[in-house]
Amino acid sequence: MLARRVIPCLDVANGRVVKGTRFVDLTDEGDPAELARRYAREGADEIVFLDITAAPEGRGTMLEVVRRTASMAFVPLTVGGGVRSVDEMRDVLRAGADKVSFNTAAVAAPELLTACARRFGRQAVVCAIDARRVPQPADATPVAPIAWEVVTHGGRTPAGLDAVEWALRAVELGAGELLVTSMDRDGTRSGFDTDLLRAISSRVRVPVIASGGASGPDDFVSAVRDGGADAVLAASIFHRRMYSIDSVKQAMAAAGLPVRPVGEAAA
Amino acid sequence: MAAQRSPVVAVLDYGAANMVSIGQALVTAGARVVVATDAAELEGVDAIVVPGVGAAAPAMAHLRERGLLQPVRDWVRADRPCLGICLGYQLFFERSEEGDAETLRLLAGQTVGLEDAPTLPHIGWNSVELVRPHPLFDGIADGSHFYFVHSFAPAPEDEEIVVARTTHGRPFVSAVASRSLYGVQFHPEKSAQAGRRLLANFLRLVAASAGVGAAVPGAEVA
Repeated sequence: MLARRVIPCLDVANGRVVKGTRFVDLTDEGDPAELARRYAREGADEIVFLDITAAPEGRGTMLEVVRRTASMAFVPLTVGGGVRSVDEMRDVLRAGADKVSFNTAAVAAPELLTACARRFGRQAVVCAIDARRVPQPADATPVAPIAWEVVTHGGRTPAGLDAVEWALRAVELGAGELLVTSMDRDGTRSGFDTDLLRAISSRVRVPVIASGGASGPDDFVSAVRDGGADAVLAASIFHRRMYSIDSVKQAMAAAGLPVRPVGEAAA
Repeated sequence: MAAQRSPVVAVLDYGAANMVSIGQALVTAGARVVVATDAAELEGVDAIVVPGVGAAAPAMAHLRERGLLQPVRDWVRADRPCLGICLGYQLFFERSEEGDAETLRLLAGQTVGLEDAPTLPHIGWNSVELVRPHPLFDGIADGSHFYFVHSFAPAPEDEEIVVARTTHGRPFVSAVASRSLYGVQFHPEKSAQAGRRLLANFLRLVAASAGVGAAVPGAEVA
């Protein structure tokens, strides 16, 4: 039976893992390849690198990071951030990544998803969707159904798209997987937005990766059980060593969800 | 002949992406790796690995362009060791439903879409259930998880070659072995320790058939 994946996400800038409050106050946290290897040993089912390098001249370092990681950690690797063309995707895949995730670039040029899927197969194309709830007018009668809008540029710019509609379109265009981040929950440690996840996962056949808001193992369980997610991604709770991948998987297994046991990875 | 040398494995590069991972995983498992883009580079190697993800038709076109189609067929028909991974495994069969492509016709059967799959593509770690013991899975517990990324899988006509099945919707054949030809639908190079063990087992089978690394125990060719 297909296991539900647990995926640590690493923010990488200029070849180093950084953490901070989004793009400010970045703290150097070490070598991405080493960290990826550590997570792989600890049972991570996949690693996501999010390239937040601001300057274009820093891009080459990401390819080097991917190359070193692929030669050290034998688990799937997804790279997001900064890829804007078929050729750039080719370079990232040839460096050793398995998938590339598109966010702002796909909103700006949706045909990019189609071109990349045609060239590399849809299984290599992930569409990352940052979504936030559309505020409801307090006096709305009857109460309007919940809706989410797509935001880009790290959550700062509304894209003028409904998140569920965009998800359906992205799949139609060629995305083989959706990485759905709740910008309302991201960094808040208040749990995943399971309504958002369910609204999307119930309408697409491709796997949905939940992101944004993990505070502990129970949130992973509800992202899968209530949100219908196939995989769950988190950053800070792993980086800050609040919870191990093993403890998350144990909670999932205890809730009856299929997981790849960590013991199997460390054998 | 030296008592022990590393088996030399040619990884076919026909434009399928990620060559780094499979090459490095084979090196870690004890091979010397040659990336082969044409037939001349198959000179003197002990085994061929056909990697790849994506669609069958463009893959066949690339193999043809690079003059690799016939050399691979000849290699397998001479019972020399060959491992196909994911798309590489699918190419061993007669046809693929994906783009209605004719493939290598080394094994009887067709590659068809996964039936009743709850999600497609089938992406992630799934358990591999052995149908029979096989040296490729030496030291790997029945039901171990391997990493899959695909929407199609071969349906072999010959049940004798089936080594393992995996279930996503309906069960499909996730590993086969026929003489010295091995095929797996999952990616051993992405499957952590279980995958590395499988590649090491493959190298043992290669060593046994090439008469190298004779000191390695447990190397029996089926």
